[in-house]
Amino acid sequence: MANRIKRLVCIASALALAGMATAAQAVTEIQWWHSMTGALSDKVNEIANKFNASQSDYKVVPVYKGQYDESMTAAIAAYRGGNPPQILQVFEVGTATMMAAKGAIKPVYQLMAEQHQPFDPKAFLGAVYSYYSDTSGHLLSMPFNSSTQVLYINDDAFTKAGLDPNNPPKTWPDLEKDAEKLKASGAACAYTTGWQSWVQLESFSAWHNVPFASLQNGFGGLGTRLEFNGPVQVRHIKNLGDWAKKGLFTYKGRKDEPLAAFTSGECAMLTTSSGSYANIKANAKFKWRVATLPYYPDVKGAPQNTIIGGATLWVMNQKNPDMYKGIAKFFTFLSSPEIQVDWHESTGYVPITLAAYDLAKKQGFYDKNPGTDIAIKELTNKPPTANSRGLRLGNFVQIRNIIDEELESVWSGQKTAKQALDSAVKRGNEQLVRFQKANK
Amino acid sequence: MEKRVIFRSRWLPYALVAPQLLVTLVFFFWPAVQALYQSLLVQDAFGAKTQFVWFDNFKDLFSDSHYLASFKVTAVFSILVTVIGLAVALLLAVFADRVVRGAKAYKTLLIWPYAVAPAVAAVLWVFLLNPTLGIVTHLLRAIGYDWNYLLNPRQALALIVIAAVWKQISYNFLFFLAGLQSIPKSLIEAAAIDGAGPARRFWTIAFPLLSPTTFFLLVVNIVYAFFDTFAIVDAATSGGPVQATSILVFKVYQDGVQALDLGGSAAQSVVLMAIVITLTVVQFRFVERRVQY
Repeated sequence: MANRIKRLVCIASALALAGMATAAQAVTEIQWWHSMTGALSDKVNEIANKFNASQSDYKVVPVYKGQYDESMTAAIAAYRGGNPPQILQVFEVGTATMMAAKGAIKPVYQLMAEQHQPFDPKAFLGAVYSYYSDTSGHLLSMPFNSSTQVLYINDDAFTKAGLDPNNPPKTWPDLEKDAEKLKASGAACAYTTGWQSWVQLESFSAWHNVPFASLQNGFGGLGTRLEFNGPVQVRHIKNLGDWAKKGLFTYKGRKDEPLAAFTSGECAMLTTSSGSYANIKANAKFKWRVATLPYYPDVKGAPQNTIIGGATLWVMNQKNPDMYKGIAKFFTFLSSPEIQVDWHESTGYVPITLAAYDLAKKQGFYDKNPGTDIAIKELTNKPPTANSRGLRLGNFVQIRNIIDEELESVWSGQKTAKQALDSAVKRGNEQLVRFQKANK
Repeated sequence: MEKRVIFRSRWLPYALVAPQLLVTLVFFFWPAVQALYQSLLVQDAFGAKTQFVWFDNFKDLFSDSHYLASFKVTAVFSILVTVIGLAVALLLAVFADRVVRGAKAYKTLLIWPYAVAPAVAAVLWVFLLNPTLGIVTHLLRAIGYDWNYLLNPRQALALIVIAAVWKQISYNFLFFLAGLQSIPKSLIEAAAIDGAGPARRFWTIAFPLLSPTTFFLLVVNIVYAFFDTFAIVDAATSGGPVQATSILVFKVYQDGVQALDLGGSAAQSVVLMAIVITLTVVQFRFVERRVQY
C-alpha cells in the first residue's frame, strides 16, 4: 500500500513538472542550424538575440553543426529520423539537392505568402535572387551570406615591380603582363587563385556570358549536361596552364589555402571570394586593394555579371504549422535593411537587398572602405542572362572534385586544357545522369 | 594435448559468449547487411525516392576508369603504410627493449602519437610540409629540392604515407615491445654465450618468436590502411593532386558523407569489404602457416 502511494506521488509530481515545462514552452523554439565560425558565428547569435528580444512568441536558437557538408548531412539524418531542424543553412553547391527534396522543404515564397508576410522579390539583388529561385522566378530559400569573386592585389609588390597599383589589371591579358613584371621584380608568386572551379570556370563562364551547362545551367531541369569545354573556357584554362609553366601562376590548393599565400605576401595577386576581405584586412601586413575580376575584352558580351557563392537558409517541412509563422517573421526581420547592412559591413558578404545596399551607400561605408562595393558592382553589372543566373547542378560536390582533379592535371602539365576539360565534362555528366536517375 | 575447459551446464558457454556475439551482430553484421542492401539502391539524399536497381551502382563504378585507378593507389598506399609502419615500429621496439635508463620516458613518448586523431596527425604534418608555410619545405628549398605536394603526385602520396605511418607506429610499437619482453632471456643469453652477435640473435631467435605478433599486426595494419585513413587524406590532400592520393576508403567517405550519394558509396564499401575479407582469408591461409606459436 505504502508503495502504491509512493508511486502515485511520483506520477503526480512528474505530471506537475511536465505541466510546468509546457508552460515554459509557450515560447516556440526555432532551431537554426548553421556553419558559421568565429566572428561570423558571434554575428549569427547576435541576430538571433535581437530577434528574440523584439518579440516574445518565438525563440530562434542558432546551433553550429559543423561545416556546410557536415551540417547538411546532419540535417538529412535528422529529417530521416523524423526530427529535422526548422531552418538549415545550405551552401550553394547543395541547392539542387535541397530543391529536389520536395517533401522535405518548404519553399520560402510559399511560406511568406501563406503567413502573409510582406515579401517583394524586386527588393533583392537580381543576381542573388535568381540563383535561388526556380524557373518561374519563385524564391526557394532565403539568401543569407552571399559573396562573389574579386581580384586582390598587393600594392607594395606592384610598386616594387614598377607597376601602378591604382591601375590594377582589368583584363586577363593585362594580368599576364603584370605577372611577368612582378616575376621579373623577384616576386615568389605573381598570381594565384582560390576555389579554382568556382572562380576559373563557374563564374568565369557567367562573366563571359557562355554556358556552363545546358538547359540554362541546369535551371531548366534535371536533364542538364555540362558544357564548360567550350572555346572560351578552353582558352582561359590553356592560358593559366601556360602561365603555370612560366611561373606566372602558382597553384596553391583547391579551396581557401591560396588566401594564406596572399596574406603572407608570397603571392602578389589573388582571385578569390569577396568574403575574404575581413581576413585579409586582419592579417595582411602590406598595402593591398580589391579590384574587379579580369575578363577577355574580345569575348562578346564580357563582362556580363559574376555569380554568387555562399549559403542560403532553407525551411524544413514542419509537422507543427505554428512553426511557419515564427520562421516567416524571422525572415522578415532578417531581410530588414538594418540587419542586412550590419551583416554586410561587419562580414564582407554582399547585402542581399537593394535597400541595404542603398543604406550602406548613404552611411558612406564604401567611401570609408574602398573596394567593398566591387562585389556588388560585379553582381549587378548587367541583368542576369540564362548563362549568368547561377548554376543548378545535382551531385555538384562530386562535379567540383572532378573539376579540381582535371585542372590539377593541367597545372602539372599532364594534360592539355582541352583534354582536361573534355574529360571533366564527360565524368561530370556521369554524375548528372546518376542524380537524374535518383530524382526522377 | 588438447586444451579444453569442461562446462557443467550446456548453456553456460553460450551465455558467456552471447554479449560478445550480440555486439558483433548489432555493430558489425547489421551495418554490413545494410550496406549490402543499400548498394543495390539508388536513392535521393533525403530518402524520399528509392529505386531498386540491382547491380547498376557496381556497373557505374567499374565503368569509371578513375575508380579502377584508385585500386592501384590504394594497393601502393597500403603496402607502404604496412611495411614501413611495421619495420620502423620493430626497430624502435628493439631499441626500447635494450634501453636501461629512462626507459619509461622513452616508451611514453613513443606511445604518444596514438592518442592523436588521424585528422590532427595529418594537419600536424601539413604544417611541417605545407608548400607555403611549412618549416620542412623551407629547409628543402634551401638545399635546392622543390617540395610541392599540391602538384607532385609522389610527394603527395609520401605525405599521407608519413602521416598514416606516424599515427600507427605507437600501436605497433606497443605490441612489438610486449612481444620482445615475453621472449625468455635465457634463450638470448644461451645464444650469446654460444657467440651469436646481436644481429644474429635477433634474426634467429627474437624475430621467429615474434611471428605471432607480427602476423597479428600485419592484419591490423592492413585493415587500418584500408579503412581508417580517410581522415588523413581528407585533411592533407583531399585525394589530389589529380587522383594521386584518392584511396578507396576516402572515396567512400567523400561520396557518402560529403556528397550524399548513398547507393554509390555503399557499393564502394561493399567492394572494399570484399577486398579486406579476401586479404584476411589469404593471410590466415597462407601467411599464418609460417607463424610459430
